[in-house]
Amino acid sequence: MSSILFQAFIYLCAAVIAVPIAKRLGLGSVLGYLIAGIIIGPVIGLVGTETQEIQHFAEFGVVMMLFLVGLELEPKLLWEMRNRLIGLGGLQVLLTVLLITGGALIFTVNWQTALAIGLIFSLSSTAIVLQTLNEKGLIKTDGGRSGFSVLLFQDIAVIPMLALIPLLAIPELGAMGAEPHSGADHAHLSLVKDLPGWAYTLVVLAAVAFVVLAGHFLSRPLFRFIAASRLREVFTASALMLVIGIALLMTLVDLSPALGTFLAGVVLANSEFRHELESDIEPFKGILLGLFFITVGAGIDFQVLSDQPGLILGLTLTVMLVKGIVLWFLAKLFRLNSKDGWLFTLGLAQAGEFGFVLLSFSIQNQVIPIELSKILSLVVALSMLITPALFILYDQLFMRRGADESSAESDQIDEQGSVIIAGVGRFGQIINRLLVASDIKTIVLDHEPNMIDTLRKFGVQSYYGDASRPDLLHAAGIESAKIFIVAIDDRDRAIEMVEHVKRHHPHVFVIARAFDVGHLYLLKKAGVDLAIREVFEGSLEVGRAALKTLGIHPFRVEQMVKAFRLHDFSGLDELYDLWDENEAMAKNRAYLARAREHGDTLRDLLDKDRMELHDRSERGWTPPPKNYVKEFTED
Amino acid sequence: MTTSDRMDTLKSISKDFKRILILFAHPSINRSEVNWPLAQATRQIPGITFVDLYAEYPTLDINVDREQQRLLDHDIIVFMHPLYWYSTPSILKEWQDLVLEHGFAYGHEGTALHGKVFFNVISMGGPEEAYSSEGFQHFTIRELLHPLEQMAALCGMLYLPPFTLFSARLAVEEQRLQDHIDNWVIFVKALQHDQVDIIKAQSLPKLNQDLSGLIQGESS
Repeated sequence: MSSILFQAFIYLCAAVIAVPIAKRLGLGSVLGYLIAGIIIGPVIGLVGTETQEIQHFAEFGVVMMLFLVGLELEPKLLWEMRNRLIGLGGLQVLLTVLLITGGALIFTVNWQTALAIGLIFSLSSTAIVLQTLNEKGLIKTDGGRSGFSVLLFQDIAVIPMLALIPLLAIPELGAMGAEPHSGADHAHLSLVKDLPGWAYTLVVLAAVAFVVLAGHFLSRPLFRFIAASRLREVFTASALMLVIGIALLMTLVDLSPALGTFLAGVVLANSEFRHELESDIEPFKGILLGLFFITVGAGIDFQVLSDQPGLILGLTLTVMLVKGIVLWFLAKLFRLNSKDGWLFTLGLAQAGEFGFVLLSFSIQNQVIPIELSKILSLVVALSMLITPALFILYDQLFMRRGADESSAESDQIDEQGSVIIAGVGRFGQIINRLLVASDIKTIVLDHEPNMIDTLRKFGVQSYYGDASRPDLLHAAGIESAKIFIVAIDDRDRAIEMVEHVKRHHPHVFVIARAFDVGHLYLLKKAGVDLAIREVFEGSLEVGRAALKTLGIHPFRVEQMVKAFRLHDFSGLDELYDLWDENEAMAKNRAYLARAREHGDTLRDLLDKDRMELHDRSERGWTPPPKNYVKEFTED
Repeated sequence: MTTSDRMDTLKSISKDFKRILILFAHPSINRSEVNWPLAQATRQIPGITFVDLYAEYPTLDINVDREQQRLLDHDIIVFMHPLYWYSTPSILKEWQDLVLEHGFAYGHEGTALHGKVFFNVISMGGPEEAYSSEGFQHFTIRELLHPLEQMAALCGMLYLPPFTLFSARLAVEEQRLQDHIDNWVIFVKALQHDQVDIIKAQSLPKLNQDLSGLIQGESS
């Protein structure tokens, strides 16, 4: 027990120290984790052989990441990507395998070994690339999307590769390696091991269909049931259960767990629980991926490196160069513009985590000798280590220029940011209808599953979740939102929300629904940009109707209502200085006295005849004095 | 205003930098092909005060004090708008009704605007030849703007003819807009540096009749 705690502490400690520093230096979190791993592994030797096992466990972070990516990607978008996925991804894998296999043959190894090496290096690192693209906000660019297509294709391609490698076995290596394994299982249980081809296909199709159908039809009632219990940790548990369950199912039928969860994510992308799922899975993914990067850093064998530094560095650079050339050629072929093309080329030029998997599998199956595998493993790790540097290079090449362009454009184009509306009862609904009808993108959150359900029936895009939770706001995209509207009827939570958003996202304009004047002042103190009393305008409307019904000229009524509003708002500002949050308004004497005084001026304003009064609200259309014409004829 | 008054005005104008206030009125900028680009170019000119009236007063509740202060703070007042029924869009009429009060803009004590320069920057759909006694608009553009000319006169302001764009609905297609905007920017900058022959300008049918003849060197 204590050794587990000790290890956990070491890993966490390294991450906590290294990652913020790397981030501050502009190196990105991935490089931070890698460096943390190098320090606790090869440099000071705090962790040892267990990194291998931890790495397998931490690879589950990739599975979670693909689930999250799927959540962001609606089925329609995925369908639009199909050409890129197959064309770009297929060509990337094919060309890279051909070139690297050819290169390896020059060094006179067996063709089987050469092919395995080609397969290993054709894969890129989903973990590093997606993490970095997300961190830099590049995932939605053309280059980011293309990169993602290729990574997704590679994740799918791993499965046939795992099936192919045992066929490449070289019996002479048997003496050096372990016993040959049979079939495409990697030392775990499989339901489909002994099935004939057609049955296997059927089982696979059934599993995929199950994920899609269950995701679509079963998940909602289940989540609604759990959400109704209002127990947050149970919802988190069910989210984890979903991801792990799908991964398990996929493993049982020899499919990629990453692919399965990705599919489940896509199916749930339109679900009202999307943001809640995102915010629940996100921390687990983050920690597991971080752990994974640390183990990559820790696994670098400096002994092998110092024995043959020239060879290993040379191989690493050659592999990355070959991969880069293939990517660059594909970027041209698929007509990416130069900026996106370079993101694609520099971003995917490394080998990846699945390379480790294929490598160890190749050793087990006597395709690659152990000595060679040590070198190859180092090449994979080093190429991953270099990748963050390539992203920094890309930033240097394009980011500054890009920033200039966009700032020049922003003067011309008034870009509409999205609006997050918290609470969608009677109040929030009207706000949302107005904004949506004006083509403004809104994200609606409510913690009442039944309300969300009803709204969805009316075709309103809305999501389940407690908007006072920071992580949910993050999942809803508070970072890129322009306006945050607090439309909930819980007065205290409204104030908490305003405080939180203004503290952590000061760029977001916050508008809040105030219950009454006291609540409005509390919201103001919490830093709200604009607070609107929920019944004020409605009451004025009733007053307006009453005055008109009494026979006062409608335009005169309009002027009176306008004057009343202006007067009321000015009083609100004035009285704020006298307001004391710890004293009831009815007991605050200074406040009461000033309020009465202000009230009296209103009577003057509306009672007196406009001719004798020259107050601002009565200004306008005041005729000149009766005898004013003399002023002109006298001259 | 007497002739000597007028000469005094001209002298006081010819001092340093002229502060120009543009009151822009277009109720439907998303459909504007001429006035909005023109307004955007105007905004960029350093030292200009540009007010989009419909943006500032979307419910037409004009703040009289604020607008009067603006008038006091500037030497040259410009209405920039499309010509609507031979006049301004309604918010500029509302602005006149509210801001130009007796005792401020006219009357014995109403001398706040004396000596300031006033003119319109307008666009209209009809071709230039239509605005004559023979054309289908029957009157010249200066004749049609007489109410505004007299508004300026009653307030003691110097009235200049409008800066015009005729056949405005085809200006983009016929590639006349950019020239118009460029000329306008040149003219505004000349106004700011007091390089415009104001006396000569007063008698023209339109300000952009002969810009190079109107703009003098620095030494005037």
